[in-house]
Amino acid sequence: MNQQLLDAVAGDSLTRAAWQRFRANRTAVAGLVMLGFIALFAIAGSWISPHDMETNDWERIQIPPTFEQSHWFGTDANGRDLFVRVSAGARISLAIGMLTTLVSVLIGVLYGAVAGFVGGKLDQFMMRIVDVLYALPLFFAIIVLVTIFGRNIFLVFIAIGAVEWLTIARIVRGQTLSVKQMEFVEAARSLGAPQSRIIARHVIPNVLGPVIVFSTLLIPTVILVESFLSFLGLGVQEPQTSWGSLISQGAGAIDTSPWLLVIPAAFLAATMFAFNFIGDGLRDALDPKDEG
Amino acid sequence: MNEDALLVVRDLAVRFNGRRGAVHAVNGVSFTLGRGRSLGIVGESGCGKSQTCLAIMGLLAESAECSGSILFEGDEILGARRRRLDELRGQRLSLVFQDPMTALTPHRTIGQQLCEIVQQHESTTHADARRRAIEIMDRVRIPDAERRFDMYPFEFSGGMRQRVVIAAALIQRPALVVADEPTTALDVTVQAEVLRTFKAVVEHAGTSLILVTHDLGVVAGTCDEVMVMYAGRVVEHADVISLFSKPQHPYTQALLACRPDLDAAHTARMYTIEGRPPDLARGEPAGCSFEPRCAHATQACRTSRPPLEARSPTHRVACHLSPPAES
Repeated sequence: MNQQLLDAVAGDSLTRAAWQRFRANRTAVAGLVMLGFIALFAIAGSWISPHDMETNDWERIQIPPTFEQSHWFGTDANGRDLFVRVSAGARISLAIGMLTTLVSVLIGVLYGAVAGFVGGKLDQFMMRIVDVLYALPLFFAIIVLVTIFGRNIFLVFIAIGAVEWLTIARIVRGQTLSVKQMEFVEAARSLGAPQSRIIARHVIPNVLGPVIVFSTLLIPTVILVESFLSFLGLGVQEPQTSWGSLISQGAGAIDTSPWLLVIPAAFLAATMFAFNFIGDGLRDALDPKDEG
Repeated sequence: MNEDALLVVRDLAVRFNGRRGAVHAVNGVSFTLGRGRSLGIVGESGCGKSQTCLAIMGLLAESAECSGSILFEGDEILGARRRRLDELRGQRLSLVFQDPMTALTPHRTIGQQLCEIVQQHESTTHADARRRAIEIMDRVRIPDAERRFDMYPFEFSGGMRQRVVIAAALIQRPALVVADEPTTALDVTVQAEVLRTFKAVVEHAGTSLILVTHDLGVVAGTCDEVMVMYAGRVVEHADVISLFSKPQHPYTQALLACRPDLDAAHTARMYTIEGRPPDLARGEPAGCSFEPRCAHATQACRTSRPPLEARSPTHRVACHLSPPAES
């Protein structure tokens, strides 16, 4: 308690204060721990297991989870080890989720901050573009792209990113409109800061809170979209795999070998939960109303 | 005209076109400020003090229409290009904001915010910027500047924050600092201390000062000259001694009479000026704007507006009643 008090007095940043609030939120911490394990599994999975995701074990086709021969999650219809395949799928799903979100955030924050800060005609013009793109149906666009250019993981990645940044741009623009009214923006201007620097140093840091929260909730959305596309057969290509394609294959064999569906689905669900818990925790921790 | 005039304002007018018609926030304001001089601008809310300051900084809202001329070191401020203004602001002229709680970016350290000002005006090393930031923090009497350099605004008290705001305005040693009620947001006990430091730093650097305030006591202790504004116009402008000893305009006299008198019997009521300032959206009256509230108003006050005339080399008044200068 005393130490906490001292920390609060010596506390050196808003980030630390937010981290303390986040730490006090049990579900959020549980989500973080869960996500940590999933990430560890994604990175180290193919290391731990003696198997290889592409090698077929013809002796043991579609066997249930067993310790024999280290097929911990069993094997699929081609005798490939499910443990390694789920781990590889985790890598793809998480990477797509995070990279797409990162790209969306970069574009969306910059776009929204410029539109909101400059305002006037430029703002109108930029936001109408966003409205038009918003009206495009995501899955339809992706299916058209995939039909034209063939199946390619980068295409999926670009298509999802091209749609998701729109929401971020809207959030950031709205926040920027209120931040630019604040006196410190005027103060920076009165001390000679050019517009670009005011946006970069004074506006963007102050709108990042909601963006961070939205991003943690965006990552699972992207993973889900990717899984859905893979489920439809529009996502990653064999022998590469993702949770979506694994679930798709598992769904076909649900009567005979349910573990092929249940295990990847459980991982997907756990990841969704983890990100959503973290997002909720961050929203509470970064809420400026709680500060002070 | 004054040879070493730093700032020459001529016929400044600021107008806002609203739905109810134009609001003339500032009308025909003219004055000259010499190098190293300090000018206090006093008047009640809405008399055009702040809009005058913003016009000098080139920071008027986009909806404002202004006319006249503001020459700062020979450069015209009104209608200057944004890039030129960015070069001037912070370097040659700067503004101290009223509310220190909102004038600093919450997510960056004091040091970052101070160094940024140095580095955007000149190419210098980070170490040099840091050294200068700490030097100015010392000068505005922020104790333990080295350590506080890396702290965030929320870890500072109001008074300390205002010192940081002052440090930010003075770090590049500008020729002119405009302070819009720099101590109004502070605790009374802190006000005097911050103001004393502010004045000392400004004098040390030979910086000219425009100080906007409600508080006549602050003006008396800080400024060389005082300008009294009413309804967007200058009604009296004089050196501080003659303004306080021989106020000519009835409005100035009334303002001085409003100050609480510690020696008065505690049963005595405080003096107040009856009525309210005119609504600037209604258009200016033909006569003196203060006429409806003036105890000495005559017929002439109702029909013709008194011009701002010199009564002595350092005293200008806009009133029909005050006697002309003895020639």
